[in-house]
Amino acid sequence: MTTASGRDSQPVLQLRSLSRDHGTGATAVHALRGLSLSVDAGELVAVMGPSGSGKSTLLALAGGLDTASSGQVLVEGADLGGMSRRDLARLRRRSVGYVFQDFNLLPALTAIENVSLPRELDGTPARTARREALAALTDVGVSELADRFPDAMSGGQQQRVAIARALVGPRRLLLADEPTGALDSETGESVLRLIRRRCDDGAAGLLVTHEARHAAWADRVVFLRDGTMIDDTGRVSTVDSLLADGAG
Amino acid sequence: MSIRHGLLALLHRQPMYGYQLRSEFEATTGSTWPLNVGQVYTTLGRLERDGCVSANAGSPAHGGGGGSEDPQGEELQKTYAITDLGRTELTLWFATPVSRARRPRDELAIKLAMALVAPAVDVAAVVQFQRTDTLRALQDYTRLKTKAEDGELSWLLVLDSLIFAAEAEVRWLDHCEARLARHRPTRVGMVVPPVTTTQNLPKPVPS
Ligand SMILES: Nc1ncnc2c1ncn2[C@@H]1O[C@H](COP(=O)(O)OP(=O)(O)O)[C@@H](O)[C@H]1O
Ligand SMILES: [Mg+2]
Repeated sequence: MTTASGRDSQPVLQLRSLSRDHGTGATAVHALRGLSLSVDAGELVAVMGPSGSGKSTLLALAGGLDTASSGQVLVEGADLGGMSRRDLARLRRRSVGYVFQDFNLLPALTAIENVSLPRELDGTPARTARREALAALTDVGVSELADRFPDAMSGGQQQRVAIARALVGPRRLLLADEPTGALDSETGESVLRLIRRRCDDGAAGLLVTHEARHAAWADRVVFLRDGTMIDDTGRVSTVDSLLADGAG
Repeated sequence: MSIRHGLLALLHRQPMYGYQLRSEFEATTGSTWPLNVGQVYTTLGRLERDGCVSANAGSPAHGGGGGSEDPQGEELQKTYAITDLGRTELTLWFATPVSRARRPRDELAIKLAMALVAPAVDVAAVVQFQRTDTLRALQDYTRLKTKAEDGELSWLLVLDSLIFAAEAEVRWLDHCEARLARHRPTRVGMVVPPVTTTQNLPKPVPS
């Protein structure tokens, strides 16, 4: 429920009747069809669904990397649809962190430089940005790797740095697209534990995964198929009441 | 589930009272398979009959000692110890893989097979309801896992087993859904079977 009162009472992310079409006419692809979803601070929502069901499209729209054909995306109450390119870029730097399967760290920068860069681009003085970056690296348990370059880190360590970057400074929205896809099972789980903990500390997380074991760390798991949400573990199943008469 | 071998394994560590075995069993498996104390004593009785354990009156530390007049009390006073024969049986158990053929039949696979041949069942809906329910169970196991302390290795192992089994079920359900979509295309978003045609069918979600 959305009210005008207080920043903390509103969801960090709200998607309202979101659609995304590619192309028109007979060859049009409807990547998302009228999807609505919201994620509160402290909440982790997992998205599952077969390949091509619209999961990455959903994350790209939520992070302002792609533009909806119709519907609204609100990040901390701000409607991305009405924003100039510049404002959108600023909002992305301040509020949204992305984590990808392939970690996506800049190879020429150390861990701490990777994490402090978005803050510096946003006008934070270098010294402050560095302090924030170190705090973020400490939160994910890799402060000792601050001066290492990505190619001198394991996949799990790189992903931790990526999560630190995603949640550095004031950023509260974590969008993760298959963040464990390139990791072995144990490392993948430790990354999930970390994402869970950062959400428990107040971040809002939207996690795409095809592994049920990882999705299970979320508060809610939603299922997409053909751009539509077909089920949600947070929702009371209707089938019991529907069939109760016949099943006695 | 082999209570018999579970008890032997616990006794292999040290002699114990019957009720003590119950709590040790539950501590090891995290109460996933709660035992009642009657099952423990029945199993111990058979193990004693088969010569796999020996029973002594008295404390586990000393063994032997005098009997009690109260038969109920006597039972509780008995301590059990593994014998050489018991150790042999236990070794054999650990050395023998659990046969897949001897596990209980999979009700879910049977249900889906039946749903395919029964008229007017929305099989895709049955798959989806099951998947959501299994995911919820998986969320519960995961919460338990975060609560379990690192020291509880046995319990964590059992939880992982439940987690992997549930995950395998979800993957199999995904596979079923893809197969169904190829063979019997259904309307997108149709997840609830129509009331009129399903009233006399069994509940798709096991309670
Ligand atoms: N740039 C694009 N042009 C045309 N179709 C696209 C484009 N991006 C995605 N799609 C289509 O949109 C659908 C959803 O894609 P995506 O969100 O990547 O799915 P997922 O991440 O669940 O695998 C797919 O059918 C995909 O082919
Ligand atoms: Mg994708």
